[in-house]
Amino acid sequence: MDVQRKRQVRLFVALGAALLLATGLIYTSFNASSEARQPSELVDAVPGKTYEMTGKVVKDSVVKTGNGIRFKVKDRDGTGEALPVTYRGVVPDPFREGREIVLTGTVENGVFVGEPDTLVTKCPSKFSEKQDQ
Amino acid sequence: MVLCVVVIEHAFLTDDFSFNVVATHSSIETPAFYKFTAMWSSQEGSLLLWAFILGIVSTISLAATRHKLRDLVPWATAVMMGIAMFFTGLMLLGGDVNPFTTISPVPVDGTGLNPLLQHPSMIIHPPMLYTGYVSLTVPFAFAIGALISRRVDAAWIKSTRGFALIAWTFLSIGIILGSRWSYTELGWGGYWAWDPVENASVMPWLITTAYIHSIMVQEKRGMLKVWNVSLIVASFSLALLGTFLVRSGVLQSIHAFGDSTVGPYFLSLIGVVLIGSTWLIISRLDILRSDRRIDSLASREAVFLINNLLLIALCAIVFWGTFFPLISELLTGTRSTLAAPWFDRYTTPVAVVLVLFTGVGPMMSWRRISWEGAKRVFTVPLIAAAVAFVLLLLFTDAAESIWALLIFTLAAFTVTALFQETWRAAAARKKSAGGTMLASIWSNATRNRRRYGGYVVHLGLVVLLVGIAASSSFETKQDIELKPGQSAVVDDYTVTYLNPTLTRDRQALVFGAELQVDRGGKSFARLNPTRQYHQATDGSAPPGIASYFEGEATSEVGLKAGLRSDFWTSVEPNTDEFQRRARLADGLFGAYMRKKVLPIVQADPAKAETVSRAAENLLSLTTDKVIAGYNSDSIEVPVTIRVIVSPMVTWIWIGAVIAIIGALFAAWPSGLLTRKRGGKGRKAA
Repeated sequence: MDVQRKRQVRLFVALGAALLLATGLIYTSFNASSEARQPSELVDAVPGKTYEMTGKVVKDSVVKTGNGIRFKVKDRDGTGEALPVTYRGVVPDPFREGREIVLTGTVENGVFVGEPDTLVTKCPSKFSEKQDQ
Repeated sequence: MVLCVVVIEHAFLTDDFSFNVVATHSSIETPAFYKFTAMWSSQEGSLLLWAFILGIVSTISLAATRHKLRDLVPWATAVMMGIAMFFTGLMLLGGDVNPFTTISPVPVDGTGLNPLLQHPSMIIHPPMLYTGYVSLTVPFAFAIGALISRRVDAAWIKSTRGFALIAWTFLSIGIILGSRWSYTELGWGGYWAWDPVENASVMPWLITTAYIHSIMVQEKRGMLKVWNVSLIVASFSLALLGTFLVRSGVLQSIHAFGDSTVGPYFLSLIGVVLIGSTWLIISRLDILRSDRRIDSLASREAVFLINNLLLIALCAIVFWGTFFPLISELLTGTRSTLAAPWFDRYTTPVAVVLVLFTGVGPMMSWRRISWEGAKRVFTVPLIAAAVAFVLLLLFTDAAESIWALLIFTLAAFTVTALFQETWRAAAARKKSAGGTMLASIWSNATRNRRRYGGYVVHLGLVVLLVGIAASSSFETKQDIELKPGQSAVVDDYTVTYLNPTLTRDRQALVFGAELQVDRGGKSFARLNPTRQYHQATDGSAPPGIASYFEGEATSEVGLKAGLRSDFWTSVEPNTDEFQRRARLADGLFGAYMRKKVLPIVQADPAKAETVSRAAENLLSLTTDKVIAGYNSDSIEVPVTIRVIVSPMVTWIWIGAVIAIIGALFAAWPSGLLTRKRGGKGRKAA
């Protein structure tokens, strides 16, 4: 009986600890996460809030600036208002106009300011290009 | 299956562009061994590779168990065949993923393999991962077979533990190669970026690690039966999920190769596997009872259980973070993502405790360790840890990162513990059998390959984690803009930008920066990071020098690796002036073609081919001329150079190699030999 009881207590302690940790994990992940949005959905962005923006780089919009690049993005399907973006840091090799990118940053005065080194350009795929045709 | 692979590879190697997959992933210009590897850069080809490897491992597993487990093997075979059927079925019926789809008219040349994928790692990284994933099928199938046939003792585990170890080894090789590849590419986030596809490969790895430990408890003590079958089911499902994630485009990833049509099929397979296995486990709960209970928390089985929980916690964290975009969308309606810092925050503490357990585990005895026993094995490692702690505080900056300091200290504990165990056992053998210490260690190790292989793996992983802790905590990253002749100081290095370089290589223009790196007044390294601009191959750009800037670009980093630290550089060249000249030259070339060459062809269409070849040569000469002119003018434009100094990165690769050697030692020869011996013995009998 005593042993049985001890086991139960142990089980409860273990489960309790796991539950507590899981709750912490869940709670903080909502705080630490950044919302994923497309350019057209960033019109009503909260200033200073971090977003993860996914969009398509507009043709002929990439300009080199003193310490980074400036370009415009549209929604993934190429529609919607073009959103100006500034970014500094590593530009991945596949980055170019017309490609889909993911960038983390904030919206300031209608300009999306990317955090350094968060620019991700998707691997262009021969496969998906074929489907696009 | 073999035939299929041979046909497709033959098509790749002989430039048979009537196969769609060949036309879209290869070209005449593609070097031969990239033609060979181009198969698995495509979706169709990678599915074929999966099925092909599955064929091989199932055959091996059935050959290995041909005289054993007679009531179980038929079921296991059925499971493996079922999965093979899924993949073949998918290729045949799943829409556009049939590798034998042909196209007409047959193109003259293919579009080529993406230059980013033309990297030596492409040859082995994907097949290694796939072999790892696929090898998990064997223990999974045998577990299911054991459940169905109600033979849930440790027999199925004994027959398939080799495959679990091999799966683990291949997964490790695949992961570390991917990591190494990513480290040398620009913009891939260094050796680890918590990218969904990276996570997808590390999740089954973690669970397989847990499984390899917990099956020992079942073998030795008859416990954790439900646990083990659940782990292998989870591990296999995660492997499927990994294959699926790479190809589905569900999550944003560098690896997401575009949305495809196979997603629903994969999800259904995962669903069937999970539901079917869960139902089986529940319906067999009565026979899955443990033979014994854990006697004490101070026993090896308890420590293994804790290590299992930690590994699963780690996997759960990674899983949660990876799928958070989907989870948050489900819960709140908005899709949110978690970045690397979140992963780091949660995985680091777990990793720290795991380092401790890689040392504690091997020292514990089964059932219960006595107080005297504990004192005997723990004293020296604890002293070593304390000494390391003090030395680190006194002589290094390790105190700046509390987690790194903890990992270093615990690593000292673990490494000492592993050596002490080896030493103690060898001393005992020497006493009883004589010989030298080294001979005793070797004879111990070959007698108990799994145990000593395990030690080596633990050692390797500790070294690897030390490398990760050091390089991630004490990294210096800096972007510097320099004109030729200028210098900048990064950490305790001085970087001097000597001169720009420009050459033409195959189908690319290579812009580079010649860098001289000094340390403490002495020359440390001469580096030449480059960026290559590949000519567009899809015919979208008009011919000319400017077309080099319409295709893909790839960076080649300049890296000086050392045991102490790595000096990593990449360059973002300034191509404005060259592009201006290129457009000028293209204009002149175009005008010449229109005025002088076009009339010739119009007058005599039969000359078209000769003329176009001549024009190609002329363009090539023009390109060389422009390059030479550009080089001789030594244009003084500033370029941006990224410099990363990270300590002890090399130890990550060293640790990985040690771990893989250990795993091979544990899995490979003895298993094979005993199996052979067993086979022969039977025949003789």
